[in-house]
Amino acid sequence: MKKVISTLLVGVLAAGLITGCNAGTKGGKVALDGSTSMENVIGALCESYESTHSDVSFTYNPTGSGSGITAVLDGRCDIGLSSRGLKDDEIAAGLSETVLAYDGIAVIVNQENPVNDLTLEEISSIYTGEITNWSEVGGADSEIVLIGREAGSGTRDGFESITSTEEICAYRQELTSTGDVIATVSQNPNAIGYASIAAVNDNVNMVSVNGVSPSEESVSDGTYVIQRPFVLVTRSGVALSDAAQDFFDYITSEEAWDVIIASGVVPAN
Amino acid sequence: MNKRSKNANNINKKKLVETAIHGVFLILGLTTVSCVLLITVYLVISGIPAIKEIGLVNFLFGKTWASTAENPSFGILPFILTSIYGTAGAILIGVPVGFMTSVYLAKMAPTKVKNIMNSAVSLLAGIPSVVYGLVGMLVLVPGIRRIFNVPDGASLLAAIIILSIMILPSIIKVSVNALEAVPKEYEDASLALGATAEETYFRVSVPSAKSGIAAAIVLGVGRAIGESMAVMMVSGNVANMPGLFESVRFLTTAVASEMSYSAGLQRQALFSIALVLFLFIMLINATFNFFLKREKEGLV
Repeated sequence: MKKVISTLLVGVLAAGLITGCNAGTKGGKVALDGSTSMENVIGALCESYESTHSDVSFTYNPTGSGSGITAVLDGRCDIGLSSRGLKDDEIAAGLSETVLAYDGIAVIVNQENPVNDLTLEEISSIYTGEITNWSEVGGADSEIVLIGREAGSGTRDGFESITSTEEICAYRQELTSTGDVIATVSQNPNAIGYASIAAVNDNVNMVSVNGVSPSEESVSDGTYVIQRPFVLVTRSGVALSDAAQDFFDYITSEEAWDVIIASGVVPAN
Repeated sequence: MNKRSKNANNINKKKLVETAIHGVFLILGLTTVSCVLLITVYLVISGIPAIKEIGLVNFLFGKTWASTAENPSFGILPFILTSIYGTAGAILIGVPVGFMTSVYLAKMAPTKVKNIMNSAVSLLAGIPSVVYGLVGMLVLVPGIRRIFNVPDGASLLAAIIILSIMILPSIIKVSVNALEAVPKEYEDASLALGATAEETYFRVSVPSAKSGIAAAIVLGVGRAIGESMAVMMVSGNVANMPGLFESVRFLTTAVASEMSYSAGLQRQALFSIALVLFLFIMLINATFNFFLKREKEGLV
């Protein structure tokens, strides 16, 4: 009896192995790993691709830009997703980048706050602690509370590099998600924060920067200055699997524009 | 003859089953032990390299944490002090409340009140920490901002208040158990000698249960120092040196907030923080066991 069962088990396992291999060699799987900020756009792209390629399945780990880049380097995924450009040492390690889209970062304030326009310089001075009171930029006489993201966050990296405030931001709070930032700013009339334009809701106000209000149009024509690239990371010199290459070609083609725009960011090509 | 051999057969079978069951339990027990060992070994192996690279003194006593800077610095003194201050604050508020509650529950409360309060305490223990954090974020943090007229309420104080509520159930439950285990003869003797009920509870019952109560406090310390989610949502998470109204980062939140995006030495350093936290917890557990052992010996 035992022998029969174990033979059966071995048979089942072997069958599983074979079918598993089949799926692998067919190249029906695309593994993605990386930026949480890119979850919206990549999710939409996967969906639209799947509608015409039902034999392809996706796995997507929204682990963060850093983890995604490491995952590509380790060969644990096909395409890495990063919401910042690659660093020199990452390119030297054998990675290459393809910009998929541009994401505008909105500067947000509480709804009670009368301030609705700031220059890039004012934003820099606010975040470095040179300007500490809203009255200095045309608001009420109260201390400015700086809300930001945690070290390593793509949004923080993007915001700080554009406003030239890297490593000198005098944050009052460092929060770990876009939602937390928006919730906190909506709770505190003195707060200022930043978040992806696509993620901002009606609970907070977006300020215009240098007189340009953040929108898809102003990001795509480049007049809105606080924006960052969404990058596809691959290993240079290493060919993608057929399925991954096909998906890559699709999302970087004009065909994908509508989907990219619909998810709130601006196509790069 | 036949009967006897059947009996012997039965006994043999029973023995066999018992040995088998014994083996299963042993394996299950060993699983737990091996999990602990695995975690310990993993933490030590992945925590040591960063400490070696940064230097133990620079790591433990450095005052700046700038993990993603061009010239990164990895000093975790702010986190260590914040964790200690935060826990101490929570104990300062939570222990008196928890202690008085447990004396009331164990000795004075009428059965009906006791049952209701007991289930309330159990419920408090069962509330997920993210819920504590959410309530703290939406009620406590704005409240502190208004009451103390500070620009922002996310602070060490907010974390202390949340933590002191979170440790109440562990303190109350263990203390009540210790107080209820005090032999009734002690109290009867005291009462017979003319002491009032309150005198008896505080001069006889509490001193006899003091090891158990100490264990309860240590358990509370362990809960407070290990909490991350709720604390992360109300404390602001900036690596400042601790101050009551400062935005601060705990050992736990230092690991949790940067892990998802970390790479290289930063990631290794986060493991080292986890290792430090682990050592703290081991120390606390050892203290807990010490008090628990003393309580057992004291009551025998």
